[in-house]
Formats: sequence, structure tokens, C-alpha cells
Amino acid sequence: MLRFFISRLSTFFVTFVGVTLISFAFIRVIPGDPIIVMAGERGMSQERYEELTRQYGFDQPVLTQFWDYLTGVLQGDLGQSFVTKKPVWDEFFALFPATLELSLCAIILAIALGIPAGVIAAVNRGKFFDRALMSSALVGYSMPIFWWALLLIIVFSGNLGWTPVSGRMGLLYYFPTPTGFMLIDSLLSGQSGAFVSAVQHLILPTIVLATIPLAVIARQTRSAMLEVLSEDYIRTARAKGLKPWRINGLHALRNAMIPVITVIGLSVGTLLAGAILTETIFSWPGIGKWMVDSIFRRDYPVVQGGLLLVAVVVMIVNLIVDMLYGLINPRIRTRK
Amino acid sequence: MTDMTEVAITAPKRPGRLAEFWQYFSENRGAVIGMWTFAILVLLAVLADFIAPHSATEQFREATLQPPVWQEGGSWTFPLGTDPLGRDMLSRLLYGARFSFFVGMVVVVIAATGGILLGLVAGFAPKWLDTVIMRLMDIILSFPSLLLALVLVAILGPSLLNAMIAISIVLQPHYVRLTRAAVINERTRDYVVSARVAGAKLPRLMFVTVLPNCLAPIIVQAALSFSNAILDVAALGFLGMGAQPPTPEWGTMLAEAREFILRAWWVVTLPGLAILITVLSINLMGDGLRDALDPKLKRS
Repeated sequence: MLRFFISRLSTFFVTFVGVTLISFAFIRVIPGDPIIVMAGERGMSQERYEELTRQYGFDQPVLTQFWDYLTGVLQGDLGQSFVTKKPVWDEFFALFPATLELSLCAIILAIALGIPAGVIAAVNRGKFFDRALMSSALVGYSMPIFWWALLLIIVFSGNLGWTPVSGRMGLLYYFPTPTGFMLIDSLLSGQSGAFVSAVQHLILPTIVLATIPLAVIARQTRSAMLEVLSEDYIRTARAKGLKPWRINGLHALRNAMIPVITVIGLSVGTLLAGAILTETIFSWPGIGKWMVDSIFRRDYPVVQGGLLLVAVVVMIVNLIVDMLYGLINPRIRTRK
Repeated sequence: MTDMTEVAITAPKRPGRLAEFWQYFSENRGAVIGMWTFAILVLLAVLADFIAPHSATEQFREATLQPPVWQEGGSWTFPLGTDPLGRDMLSRLLYGARFSFFVGMVVVVIAATGGILLGLVAGFAPKWLDTVIMRLMDIILSFPSLLLALVLVAILGPSLLNAMIAISIVLQPHYVRLTRAAVINERTRDYVVSARVAGAKLPRLMFVTVLPNCLAPIIVQAALSFSNAILDVAALGFLGMGAQPPTPEWGTMLAEAREFILRAWWVVTLPGLAILITVLSINLMGDGLRDALDPKLKRS
């Protein structure tokens, strides 16, 4: 067991250094001198240029630069935004709760609907429910979510007026945000209506972001259930005369969950990619929108640092899923 | 009488590979529907020059934001209406199909070629090289695909070509992993060992002996990444980092139409619907391909 953990951890660190190398390389392969880009239209004097070159370490050998960058990253120093002059690290963690809140709601919705849908489809294999559910899942899986978001806005915000078009909170409310999660902070604030407003703002982005993971989870649950349902122990359980819900719910679903958990773990990357589009459309002040805005503003330190931090988040989640997986399923541990 | 004994002796002729494939593929009704839809869409894209009533970029200033023909105010001159600049929606959608299919094909070819080559090398190479290649792929896979593509486009500059390159790089690791896993599975089989003993050199072993037997999962992946490529290019176009206006690329069209969503539903609905139908038809086909090619999944 310990060997398994150590081998996973060492892989994690190798990948981490590689990811750091890529984000380090990013600012150096961009066409144009980053310092001139930073100065923008105004330009700068030769002395100031040299001073900044020294300050950012561009006059050092590349290996030294990378070592400085790597040690800086490990101490939480990712440089400053060109635009706001604030440390990238602080900006990231100020915005991260917004993305986390949205992603958590989306994955909860996807699991809450996807697993039952997959089970129902598998149990009714080939019948109407199976066809209907799996057709919808395939449509969801093929959905261009940026378009889906616009359609939902047209119907629910435009025609019905039920939900707001953008943002996280109505303009009428203002309160401190100690946790960064609007759902919690609005409750803590005690202002009446604030929580409802938070929920209203959250509904459409959550649906949009959940669409693809929901479809993937439903499809995966169905195929894992089908596989398990053909096993001998299920036949034994049937022969013993157990109730169908007990067989499906306890015996089959528990064993079908392993591949489903993997898919849920893997969907973190999908969620963060989806967050880029979802947050941009709904003006959700999270990491995705921050990254897109920074790319357009040519705020390279933010793009560089954000890219690295997002990758690290994905890697940590994958590592946790991997280790949990090893704990649940001993076969994984010994497999090469 | 003699006929009957002959029939009894000779084993029933095995159906050809293609016939067998078709038998499994056509069992899946969705896959067949997907295939026909896909064929029609390709045909429309190829014949866009003859079918499209107008040029994709010509602006009819007196007919901006005209609704489709079945709505009040619509006319047969612009069957699906016009966009905010007075360009014919139908013509733009037809020409847009060309971009989507072109992008899908190019991305799949680049990603699959590179991925299969790397995967073969990783599968046959000494352990250290295998480790290097696979760690590299792990690194690429740690970035959310769309984010990495966005950043790559930011480096290369926003254009359709660069978007295609970026998406190829992002999709490539899946091919490497699949090919490597299949190669490792096949490498120790008897037929490979006997080919090696018979004196086959490494390139022959890689490409002639082993590769054909690893193709099934790769073909399924190709269908998947075809639809992924179309979605991702449209997403980049939507974010303003893919094809640039006035290119009639579906994602770019959506981005241009965003501010009109509450006034003119057709400028937003139609390009998205085109993307959805295309991607859906490819995914339907992909499911059928998987059923037909992957014996392990055939019964599920």
C-alpha cells in the first residue's frame, strides 16, 4: 500500500515540475518581449527597460531563471498582474471560491441526476425508459454548452424573467463574504432575500456546467450496471429471492460505482474547461472568466500563474481520486 | 445428393470483414441514422457553392435581421433569415459546415498520426523513453483541454489554423495512451514473437505486424475526437480566439450574434443547432463503431 502511495506521489511531483516548466516557458515563447508588452503603448526609456529586465531576471541564464521560478512557485510567488499590480496568487484565491461553488453545485447536480438515470436505464435495458434516457444523455454529451447557455438565457431570463442574466448576487444586497461561497455568506448575512438571489443566480450556470458531466456519468453508470448485472452473484441474489430494489441498489450499484467514481474524478478537468465558457457567458467572477479576460488583456503573469494553478488543482484532485481508488479496489494497487 | 455432402463438409464461409463490421454496425439503429445525417451534412457542405442562395459574406443592407420565411416578415429570398449585417443565414450555415468538417478532419489526422507514432514508440521503446513520453502526456492532460488550447492560441495568435494546431496538441495524448496500451497488450502475443523470430525488423513489427491489430480502439477514438474538435473550435471561435469574422464559422457566428439574442432568436439558435446536429450525428456513429469494433463492449 505504502509503495503504491509513494509511486503515485513521485509521479505527481514529476508531473508538477513538467507543468511548471510549461507555464515557465509560456511567457518566453510568446512573440514579442514581455517587458515591452508590459509597458504597452507608452514605451519606456532604455534605463528603465534594463532595470526591469534585471528585476524580472531576464538577464540570467535560462536554467537559473527556471530554478528561481520553481522555488518562487513553491513559496506561493507567482509574480504580479501587469494590470492590477496585485500578486497573482492572491487574485487566484480571491476568485477561486466562486469557481469552486459553481463546480461543486454542478457536480452534485450531475451525480444526483446521472446515477439514478444510469441505473434506471440499465434496469430497463432496451425499453422505452432506457432509450429516452440514453438519447437525452447523448444529446447532452454532444451539446455545445456555450449555445445551451444562450438558449437557457433566452427562455428563462428573457421570455420568462425567472432568473438573472449574469453575476452572482443581486445589486440590492451587500454583505461581507468571509467564506467566498455566496450560498453560505448570504445566509450568514441575515439579509432577507439574499439567499434566494444567490440561488437564482446560480441555477442557470449550474445547469449549463452540469450538462456534460451529467451525460457522461449517466452513460458510464448504465454500462457499469449492465456489466455487473450479468455477474453470477447477481443471479445468486435473484435466486435467493431478494427484492429487485435490493439487488439493484445494494448488490449491483455498489460494485458498479468504481468506474463511475473514476469518471467523476476525471470530470474535474471537464468542469474547469466548461467553467471558462460558462463563467464568460454568465459574467461569473471566477477563475475561468479571469483567465479569458487576462488572455485578452495580455496580462501574461496572470495567464502563466493561472494556467499553473488550474493544472495543479486538476492534478491534486486526480491524485486524491487515484489514492481513494487504490484504497477501495486492491487490484489497482498491484497493477503495473 | 453430392451437393449436400459437400455443404456438410465445407465449413460455412466466414463473411468478409466489411460485411461483418456492417452487420454489427447496422444493429445499432442510432448509428445508422447518425451515418445518414452525417452523409447529408457532408454533401451539403461539399455542394455549398451550388445550393447556397447567396455568398456567405455579401451584406444586404436593406434586409438586416430579417426573420426566417415561416415567420411574419420573412421572405424566400432569405429562407433562414439574415444576420445583423444583412448576410443570408442559410448560406453562412452551409459554408460554415465546410469549416467544421475541414477542422474535424485536419485535427483528427494530425492528432492521430502524431499520437499513434508516439504510442507505438512508447510501446516498443526501452523503459526510460516510454516513461519520458508518458509523463509528457500526463503533463498535457493535467491542463483542462480548452484552457490549454486557449493559451496556445494566445501564443500563436488567434486564427482558425492555430486553433486547429492547438486542439490537435490537446487531443493527441488520448491516442498515445490508447496505442501504447494496445501495443503492450499485443507485443507478447505469439504471432508477434514468431514474426520477430522470423527476422522482422522493428519498423516492420511496429507498423505491419502490430499496428493493424491495435486499430479498433483508435478508430473509435477518432470518431470521438472528430466531434470534440468541432466543439472545441466552435468554443474558441465563440471566445474570439478561433476563426475571425467575417469567416462563417459556426462558433464565430454565435459570438457575433450574442447581443441580439433577445431580439432575433434565429441568429443564435441556428448556428448552435447546426453544431449540435453535426456533433450528435458523429457521436451516434461513434457509438455504433464502438459496438462493431470493440468486441469487449459489444454486449453492453
